Amino acid sequence: MSLKPEDVKNIAHLARLAISDDSISDYTRDLSSILDLVEQMNQVNTDHVQPMAHPMDAQQRLRQDTVTEVNQRDKFQSIAPDVESGLYRVPKVIE
Amino acid sequence: MNKTIKQIQLGLAQGDYSSVEITRDYLTRIKQHNSSINAFITVTEEQALQQATLADQQIAAGQSTALTGIPLAHKDIFCTDGTLTTCGSRMLENFRAPYNANVIEKFEAEHAVMLGKTNMDEFAMGSSNESSYFGPVKNPWNTECVPGGSSGGSAAAIAAGMAPGATGTDTGGSIRQPAALCGVSGIKPTYGRVSRYGMIAYASSLDQGGPMAHTAEDCAILLQTMAGFDARDSTSMEQPVPDYCAALNQDLGGLKIGLPKEYFAEGLNDDVARCIDESIQQFTKLGAEIREVSLPNSKIAIPTYYVVAMAECSSNLSRFDGVRFGHRCDDPKDLEDLYKRSRGEGFGEEVKRRIMIGAYTLSAGYYDAFYLKAQKLRRLISQDFAQAFAEVDIIAGPTTPEVAFKTGDKTADPVSMYLQDIYTISVNLAGLPGMSIPAGLVDNKPVGLQLIGNYFEESRLLNAAHQFQLNTDWHQQSPEVK
Amino acid sequence: MQWETVIGLEIHAQLATRSKIFSAASTAFGAEPNTQACAVDLGLPGVLPVLNAEAVNMAIKFGVAIDAEIGRESVFARKNYFYPDLPKGYQISQFELPIVGKGEISISPQEGVHKVIGVTRAHLEEDAGKSLHDQFPNQTGIDLNRAGTPLLEIVSGPDLRSAKEAVAYARKIHALVQFLDICDGNMQEGSFRCDANVSVRPLGEAKLGTRAEIKNINSFRFLERAINYEIERQVELIEDGGRVVQETRLYDADKNETRSMRSKEEANDYRYFPDPDLLPVRVTDADIEAIRASLPELPEQKRQRYVEQLNLSEYNAELLSGSREIADYFETALASAPELSSLLSNWILGDLTGALNKSEKSFADSPVSPALLIGLLRRIADNTISGKIAKEVFEAIWNGEGDADHIIESRGLKQITDSGAIEKLIDDVIAKNPEQVQQFREGKEKVLGFFVGQIMQQSKGKANPGQVNQLLRAKLKP
Repeated sequence: MSLKPEDVKNIAHLARLAISDDSISDYTRDLSSILDLVEQMNQVNTDHVQPMAHPMDAQQRLRQDTVTEVNQRDKFQSIAPDVESGLYRVPKVIE
Repeated sequence: MNKTIKQIQLGLAQGDYSSVEITRDYLTRIKQHNSSINAFITVTEEQALQQATLADQQIAAGQSTALTGIPLAHKDIFCTDGTLTTCGSRMLENFRAPYNANVIEKFEAEHAVMLGKTNMDEFAMGSSNESSYFGPVKNPWNTECVPGGSSGGSAAAIAAGMAPGATGTDTGGSIRQPAALCGVSGIKPTYGRVSRYGMIAYASSLDQGGPMAHTAEDCAILLQTMAGFDARDSTSMEQPVPDYCAALNQDLGGLKIGLPKEYFAEGLNDDVARCIDESIQQFTKLGAEIREVSLPNSKIAIPTYYVVAMAECSSNLSRFDGVRFGHRCDDPKDLEDLYKRSRGEGFGEEVKRRIMIGAYTLSAGYYDAFYLKAQKLRRLISQDFAQAFAEVDIIAGPTTPEVAFKTGDKTADPVSMYLQDIYTISVNLAGLPGMSIPAGLVDNKPVGLQLIGNYFEESRLLNAAHQFQLNTDWHQQSPEVK
Repeated sequence: MQWETVIGLEIHAQLATRSKIFSAASTAFGAEPNTQACAVDLGLPGVLPVLNAEAVNMAIKFGVAIDAEIGRESVFARKNYFYPDLPKGYQISQFELPIVGKGEISISPQEGVHKVIGVTRAHLEEDAGKSLHDQFPNQTGIDLNRAGTPLLEIVSGPDLRSAKEAVAYARKIHALVQFLDICDGNMQEGSFRCDANVSVRPLGEAKLGTRAEIKNINSFRFLERAINYEIERQVELIEDGGRVVQETRLYDADKNETRSMRSKEEANDYRYFPDPDLLPVRVTDADIEAIRASLPELPEQKRQRYVEQLNLSEYNAELLSGSREIADYFETALASAPELSSLLSNWILGDLTGALNKSEKSFADSPVSPALLIGLLRRIADNTISGKIAKEVFEAIWNGEGDADHIIESRGLKQITDSGAIEKLIDDVIAKNPEQVQQFREGKEKVLGFFVGQIMQQSKGKANPGQVNQLLRAKLKP
């Protein structure tokens, strides 16, 4: 399946990845070839087959509604790039 | 010969040496060889000696358990509180995890000793450990060759005698394949057997953590600790954990072993095939009955795996955005810039490729054609195994199509790398347990035999592997590490 | 050109669980930033979600209350997009298989008018954190305390045809979720948020017009205004030859207008897929029945009962059944005096509500308890005091002076009902006012009021008005 460089730019934007202009052709080539591999899936008929999301046919376990977590802000924020007054900071967002 | 965990257990119990002494031995070996092998990203020397000291106290007080004082290495994908957890990536180059993974908690509870964090393919995406930000890992058997991946560091550490055992993770073969290429034993348990809490996610529905060591017996010892229900992981199963060590000694009379004809077709290197055949004959000698089985949808496993894995990882890796932890670019102009450059700089090429394919396959209009289709194929693949297990107890075959290839051989074409996973990948798609054990040497490079079991039948696999190892000595072979 | 408005409401109700939907951190409002954001809420590498049973129960309660299909198997899906208050880069929500399916709720936009509004679905999802834009000059501050709080997203069908209907619907849902104890309904704190999807089309046209989504509405008053503004905007736009753009618009309460969101993102591709860290949620018939059995009598059932069995007016029934507190108060009082239902409903909705509003008290904190109120109403019913005097007694009870009987006694407020005594008063007043008697006999009916006033004054308001009137007329006849 052939992707165009424009497609690659769109996907990179969707995934919020900065890719350099001169890497676009490499990505286009590599991603297209991966998609060729993936297209092989169409060789097998899956009409009437149920999708399998998990190996076991298990169901979601439910947790009791109790609070057991304590405040660990200092520890968690000690690894953050930019924190002030207990808030994580990012460049200003205009809504 | 490199010590096994079993031997160290005995040595400690008998007072032949202390945990501090044996830990120092390993730390010395790491210092000697890590620069040429690059198996470790972080060596936790001080911490290890502190843990060993405490362990010795436990032993002296008669309060030791199976792993007390045993030095182990952990794949750098498991969060270790206060210690660097990099996932082989620039994105987490300076990330000190603020909590312990469930698996790590379990080892700590037994006073095991952590030697350090092992190198891996970046975010577990790879089959050669060449994509790590911290440099490739070399195969101790031949340092021009890859050790396999993504748990290449763990496998190489064991092969080079830098650790008697290690943890790994396996999403498409990442425990089994490096175990095969490095001549060690490794088992990927049933999906849900080992908690994923604290194990940095690649493909959530495929990832499983598991042990690696020289022998199946050692793997049993490690798995005994690693396995078990964890309420913090919704995909963790409440299946009781059997006594893996007790099960090792059953004889194999009547064991039915299936050989999938699709695993012995084109693509399999002749010399590897020969080693596998000889290993199978060994099982016959031990009383097993060999049958041919078929896994007709094997070929479709690779694209199926990659669609599922890439889709899931594209979403799992969205949290790496430079806001709360991890790499942040300098002077972000605005939010978009913050995200794009932090992620663009933090992630390597293979990771970016997989994120992009994943995002593409999930994007508007493509969900049915890709992800949904892959999940349907997954069911067909699982059904193949179910049918085979109606006839046999264990499925066996080669772990990889060839022995360790040269560094750089397959990096130009991502797809050629993906084809290395041909025998291991279906097992993850079905969620079954799978193991690799040393089964020969070709050009002085190890060959791995894969054993696949039915759900939660790790005991049976470990038993078969152990009996094989009682009657062969491939697992005792070690490379001379320069 | 006649236009028809089509409105659909999406309501996000924060569920009143103690802990978050996927983690065991607290959901309490008002904590210091990021002190209630645990590893799971922060989306740290390696963490995993585990589902809160109470969130599921609450969702099912809502579904049962609106007669909806309950999904026997529901699935959590990831909604992928990048925003700083969304730590994982995806929101765990429900997409193809929600926990609650089609249901309905009846509204009364005007007295006597009933309309059934369809609820398309209600699903569980996690709330995002908060972005604070005013803390720093060039940066936005992120507080993730709210991240992971359970939300029930309730989606109506495109069945609403006016702002009034939309408000009636929103109020009904608001009352219901509080009634069920699943949401505290605090719109100021953000626990109940309404987004409106508004479109217009020519009357008679079957096809739906392009809709705009309006966000940032935090009161029912603003909801009505925002919708009305938007309808006008769209109609004007189309009549001027333009086309409505499908977009998100923010409501500005100060200017009373909606405007297109400035940071215009292209239509988001959310790349929904089932969350592989969570398994399907299975709900059995037994689970649903247990929840149904645990529900109190629902507002709708109460309303019908009040109208059919107690003969209350539709209007009163609607108000009394709307809130758990009022309904409880009413029913407690009613239990001891079922024959006083009409008087009771009037006094609760009138004087009591007025007094409570003025002093900002709730029914639960009312100084006039159901028992005390009934004590008062009995004395009206048996003619011991007039309705007018009763108001004075009510105020005294409110101020803690005791019960009705005590106050009537100590203040000497008993109504004069002895005809003899009343006749004497009338005779007195008639005798003192011959001119007015003459005027009345000449046909000036209004003068009656003068006499009544005088008599009331003389009797310090205690003469029974009905008897006064009757006897007065008799005596004034020539």
